[in-house]
Amino acid sequence: MLAYYFQLAIHSLKRNKVLTALMVLAIAVGIGASMTTLTVLHVLSGNPIPEKSARLYRVQIDPRGSFGFRPGMEPPNQVSWIDGMNLLHAARADRQALMTGGLVAVQPAQSMLDAFFAPARYTSAGFFPMFDVPFRYGHPWNAADDQASARVVVLSHALNEKLFGGRNSVGRMLDVGGHALRVVGVLGDWRPNPLFYDLTRNSYNATEGIYVPLSTSQVLGFAHDGSTDCWGNGGGSKRMDPAAPCAWLQFWVQLDTPASAAAYRRFLVHYSQQQKALGRFQRPPNVRLRNVMQWLDYNQVVPANVRLQTWLAFGFLFVCLVNTVGLMLAKFMRRQGELSVRRAMGASRRTLFAQLLVESGVVGLAGGAGGLVIALLGLWLVRHRPAAYASLAHLDGAMLMITFLLAICASLLAGVLPAWRACSITPASMLKSQ
Amino acid sequence: MDIRPIFSALRRHRLVMGMLILEIALTCAIVCNSVFLIMQNLQRMNLPSGIAEHQLVVVQMASIRDRPDADARAQANLASLRQIPGVRQVALVDKMPFMFSGNNSDIKLRPDQPQPSLSAGLYFGENLLSAFGARLIAGRMFHADEYLSLDRALRGLHDNNVRDLPRVAIVTRAMAQRLWPGQNALGKTFYIGKDIQMHVVGVLAQLARPNSLQRGVGFSWVVPIRMNADEGGYYVIRSAPRDRARVLADAVARLKQHNPGSIVMAQRSYDRMRAEYFSGDRAMAGTLIAVCLALLVITALGIGGLASFWVAQRRRTIGVRRALGATRGDILRYFQTENFLIVGFGIALGIVLAYGLSLLLMAHYELPRLPFSYLPAGALILWCVGQLAVLGPALRAAAVPPVVATRSV
Repeated sequence: MLAYYFQLAIHSLKRNKVLTALMVLAIAVGIGASMTTLTVLHVLSGNPIPEKSARLYRVQIDPRGSFGFRPGMEPPNQVSWIDGMNLLHAARADRQALMTGGLVAVQPAQSMLDAFFAPARYTSAGFFPMFDVPFRYGHPWNAADDQASARVVVLSHALNEKLFGGRNSVGRMLDVGGHALRVVGVLGDWRPNPLFYDLTRNSYNATEGIYVPLSTSQVLGFAHDGSTDCWGNGGGSKRMDPAAPCAWLQFWVQLDTPASAAAYRRFLVHYSQQQKALGRFQRPPNVRLRNVMQWLDYNQVVPANVRLQTWLAFGFLFVCLVNTVGLMLAKFMRRQGELSVRRAMGASRRTLFAQLLVESGVVGLAGGAGGLVIALLGLWLVRHRPAAYASLAHLDGAMLMITFLLAICASLLAGVLPAWRACSITPASMLKSQ
Repeated sequence: MDIRPIFSALRRHRLVMGMLILEIALTCAIVCNSVFLIMQNLQRMNLPSGIAEHQLVVVQMASIRDRPDADARAQANLASLRQIPGVRQVALVDKMPFMFSGNNSDIKLRPDQPQPSLSAGLYFGENLLSAFGARLIAGRMFHADEYLSLDRALRGLHDNNVRDLPRVAIVTRAMAQRLWPGQNALGKTFYIGKDIQMHVVGVLAQLARPNSLQRGVGFSWVVPIRMNADEGGYYVIRSAPRDRARVLADAVARLKQHNPGSIVMAQRSYDRMRAEYFSGDRAMAGTLIAVCLALLVITALGIGGLASFWVAQRRRTIGVRRALGATRGDILRYFQTENFLIVGFGIALGIVLAYGLSLLLMAHYELPRLPFSYLPAGALILWCVGQLAVLGPALRAAAVPPVVATRSV
């Protein structure tokens, strides 16, 4: 039966080629535009660390002076050196790490390569186990290395490719910022997108090549690179003064149960009160503990433009649908004569309705296929845009399915009203007027 | 022309017409708001910087490791750059207008003020204003003996010692007018940080801040601090626009030669730097333009498709009208008027939707309200699109010969 409806649909669509082409085109363009933006949104709003995102928390406290204070304001995103160190050494969470971004010069051992600058992460040892960072070779440094400001370095997969041709480089020495550091580990292919733990630089497609103990980076005077938020007489510079009233480090904790999260929040409040009593803090305790997804949301990591474009694309799809409804209405109404004959011959209203819906489904299928082509083209265009996330814009299996589902649903939806209208006519009156 | 027959004909196609009106209304609402967004983006992209943009090239250097004499090396580099033929001014500066990072300071007029008066972007670097080509409209430039090294200023901040900190500043007119409306800013004082007092010695016509533009593009201030070679920063070189490529190549060669321990991080004209900063806005404007055009095309196709459908359906009626004495012009005008009315209804609904959409956008994005002037423009565009789309089918209708009336369908 369905095959027969299908044949009828093809026959009827062929009879009015221009109109059919218009309907398919409208659906294809609408679907293509919405799938392009939806894919970008899907890629950008992904969870960078799905297994643990609910147990990892970014710590915010408010160490600023009373100047500029307004009740209800958010604490700074980052922490100062003194507070970061205090919280790190208190070690009240299941795991914790204090970190910041940097930029270091790397002098490759082979003389063919020129020295170059690589984005670096200066962090305490807790970083690797806390974020489940995979290691290809070797292992992370440990707390004792942090304590001793050990001259060690962990390389990213990509940088190890570049410097050592992908071979096991553990134990080799590397000239970083003019100092010889020993490679203790090489990461596997680890590229969290967005770079949730530090959003002050490029959030997407950020490539950190070098990981150095935070203590070592300060002893060797490696340059800080990232945002610095100062109050009082603070001033940011390449080499941060540990005593400066500036927030320039990120502090992350792992808290495995809601109870431990609540306990840690109380600890932060208590810490703030203590610091206020000591005269270091001047504001009332103001702490935040946001998990990974809350943190991404709070920082509006998905660019506002991308959200706006998604809404725009769906508005566009809606216009295309309304357009298709209008065209289908006109088309189906024109066929009332034929439909009345079939009704008079004994076809039920439901049969005709089903047949017309098959016809609009065929339009949807064709529109979906066209939409897929347009979406691929659209994503190709997105990949050539200057945005940092551009190269991430690829269609995956799930989005492919959604494209076709969306196309068929959209065209069926567009077909329901016209089909219902066309079927609800009384055959006698139509036949008489012929 | 009597429009009553048009209405009675349209009433028979209420549903189809309703769809068409809805489509036109949605298109009108989206196009009006999109054009407004495009204008907002263009306005941002064209923000004045206050510097001689087309005369500047910029080289960013970074040293592999810090070495002594960072101040002396900076001076030597600048002296070498000055010798490039065609170079007018050079400077080593910390920031430039429209960059992704900046130093923003909270400005106070009194030390005990609970809230900042405004936030302003900080600039420093010897000879910065001359190299930028920023125009001084009152007061003076910094004296040579007012300049401090960056290391000394940072030490001064750390020790809270005013002797190591700059005491004079040059501010923009926008900042001066906000701080002291209607008064002469020269000689006025303001405070930063833990009550470091600054005296205004000069006022600039214009200088855009590096970043945080939403906090007031025009609020910038300059202090007499000298950059050193190891702190990073940007070598800014001013020449005639046509000499820029040559000057840039020469400058990079000289800097590389004099600084074996440094790497060139970036080298480009200021025009390119600026274009990179606003590339997101440009891409967004491009997308919006494409969406508007696609919407108008789809709507035109919808209007044209329905119109040709109606024409085909009414061939016999048209023939009858022609047989009864209607001219081709009458038929043509009938369809054109019909289209004008439908699009008109669509626009009327579209204006309501456009304002609704504008309110929605205002609630979610930092956008002003859609100005009224966009609505007549949007209406005009849609009327034109409608007339263009209906012209073909209407001409076909006008070409229907009267003899059709005598034939049975």
